[in-house]
Amino acid sequence: MISIANWFSQVASITLVNLRTVTERKGSALTAAVGIAGVVLVLIGVLSIAEGFRHAMRATGADDVALVLRTGADTEMTSGLQREETRVIADAPGLARDDNGALASPELFVIINLPKRSTGTDANVPMRGVGPSARAVRANVKLEQGRWFEPGRNEVVVGAGAARAFAGTDVGHTIKLGTHEWLVVGVFSAGGGAAESEIWTDAAVLQPAYHRGDTYQSVLARLSSTGSFQAFKDALTSNPRLSVKVLRQSEFFAEQSTFLTNFIRGIGFFIAFMMALGAFFAALNTMYGAVAARVREIATLRALGFGTFAVIVSVLLESLVVAIIGGASGAVIAYLAFNGYQATTMNWQTFSQVAFAFRVTPSLMIQAIVWASIIGLLGGLFPAIHAARTPIATALRET
Amino acid sequence: MSTTDGVLVRVKEVDKVFRRGSEEIHVLTGLNLEVKAGEFLALMGPSGSGKSTLLNLIGGLDRATRGTVEIGGDRVDQMSDHALSGWRARHIGLVFQFYNLLPVLTAERNVELPLLLTHLSKAERRKHVEVALGMVGLSHRTRHYPRQMSGGEQQRVGIARAIVTDPTILLCDEPTGDLDRKSGDEILALLQALSRDHGKTIVMVTHDPHASARASRTVYLNKGQLFSENPG
Ligand SMILES: Nc1ncnc2c1ncn2[C@@H]1O[C@H](COP(=O)(O)OP(=O)(O)OP(=O)(O)O)[C@@H](O)[C@H]1O
Ligand SMILES: [Mg+2]
Repeated sequence: MISIANWFSQVASITLVNLRTVTERKGSALTAAVGIAGVVLVLIGVLSIAEGFRHAMRATGADDVALVLRTGADTEMTSGLQREETRVIADAPGLARDDNGALASPELFVIINLPKRSTGTDANVPMRGVGPSARAVRANVKLEQGRWFEPGRNEVVVGAGAARAFAGTDVGHTIKLGTHEWLVVGVFSAGGGAAESEIWTDAAVLQPAYHRGDTYQSVLARLSSTGSFQAFKDALTSNPRLSVKVLRQSEFFAEQSTFLTNFIRGIGFFIAFMMALGAFFAALNTMYGAVAARVREIATLRALGFGTFAVIVSVLLESLVVAIIGGASGAVIAYLAFNGYQATTMNWQTFSQVAFAFRVTPSLMIQAIVWASIIGLLGGLFPAIHAARTPIATALRET
Repeated sequence: MSTTDGVLVRVKEVDKVFRRGSEEIHVLTGLNLEVKAGEFLALMGPSGSGKSTLLNLIGGLDRATRGTVEIGGDRVDQMSDHALSGWRARHIGLVFQFYNLLPVLTAERNVELPLLLTHLSKAERRKHVEVALGMVGLSHRTRHYPRQMSGGEQQRVGIARAIVTDPTILLCDEPTGDLDRKSGDEILALLQALSRDHGKTIVMVTHDPHASARASRTVYLNKGQLFSENPG
């Protein structure tokens, strides 16, 4: 009987013979390798955009800031909290404090229409009513121009991104919304974060203007430390008077970008799939060529007593080697070409100033090489089966 | 290998039918053949008469449509494909008209191939390869590739590969068919020596009466049957 070790030496020796003959088929092997490299390049390229975008969105939010929404709400838009609830939240343990108490800002959020500077057409702008500690909660918010709004007055400060994009938002102008007029008193920046595309005012003024009564939508709170998140969260979720969910701000932004990153990924996989089909046929062609060129050699080996399975495995291995060489080159090229590539002109409506860099992570590269291997194996499978199933006597007659 | 009454190969009432589309080609019909251990049998016959087909049946490379093929007591026609490839590795040495060496391997590597199917260690394999190449007179060309050798030398490598496992029987399909007279004669002398000095059982297909003259017996295949005289 033929032992396992023996079987391996069979496979190894045929594979070695196969691989040595690859140089005789340089052209088609190269075509397959280049095709697979192309698939990997595109796949990694597009996925690195998604990865980079997600990373940037995560960075927009802070780890030591918590967002509280009503249970079941995925966005601030669909959330709602009573004043009483926001008080309970502010009293929970784990929050940073200053002279005025806990750093927790109950906020609400409406969408208004303003004309764009570029086209004059109206577009949606988020207008946020914030509590007194809104600035203390957000570490990166800075006044760039003018002054902050006075509590109780119809005054707004405009995010730098919004100020750039929308007409009539310069300091000193008034914004007319329905029966209300809002005086622009300042412009603020937020370290390039999402807040820069918003317009802020006093929550207490926004509530009656939009008939919101005494309700809010969210509480944004600064934690005493990154580590106190769990205590804060547990206190709120175990409180029977509340029905809320608690997220880190960083998590929230990452989650908000899920749709977009999935969309980018989807496109990436689609393009890569189309290319993969092409590469699959290239690999298939190479391996059929490889097998066809060596019908008699393979038949000779089988005539000498080499097993069918050894033949199949050796053809698959050859195909795999070609695919992995192609895939690895594609991954390296993708890394050199895309990693860290800065995309700054992205102008998403809500994320107007989100600058991000393409990220070619190791897991992305491994993922791509796995795909390349799958293409290689599939490309080799049919020729391998063909090689093994052709009757020896028939194959030996071919010259 | 057990041989009752010294008969090593016993082919009985064998039919071989090939199908080409709807057409049936009856190549062998009720063929009988016995080969004694140590015999050097020449198999002759017109082109297309089925000589290679018969050789393939004996070597377990193809299956008879009907009838039995027994080699040293083993019923070749009843073995599974898997069992058959192991059996070939142990009992059959094949010599081809066009040598069928692997061009990317040196002479010694080519000869070593069948030994990869055995339990022999690397050192033992090397020893066997040395002996086999020595027997065919190519000890000095072990590191050469097939393309660096003449046809006659390549065929000697082919014979070394066939005998390196010390098989029960050597099957040669027109081993001199691609060689000039001189190289052909050297190959025939080699086969004759293997038969005479080492007691090898050999079945050799040939077109050449000059070649068959070296054999201990000649049979003629014609119209699906074997004859001991040339039916003309
Ligand atoms: N695999 C096959 N499929 C169909 N027909 C076959 C097959 N193998 C052989 N034949 C046919 O069987 C007949 C005998 O072929 P075979 O190769 O055995 O003849 P041969 O005597 O060896 O001829 P040659 O002297 O030319 O080598 C031929 O007509 C051939 O076409
Ligand atoms: Mg023939």
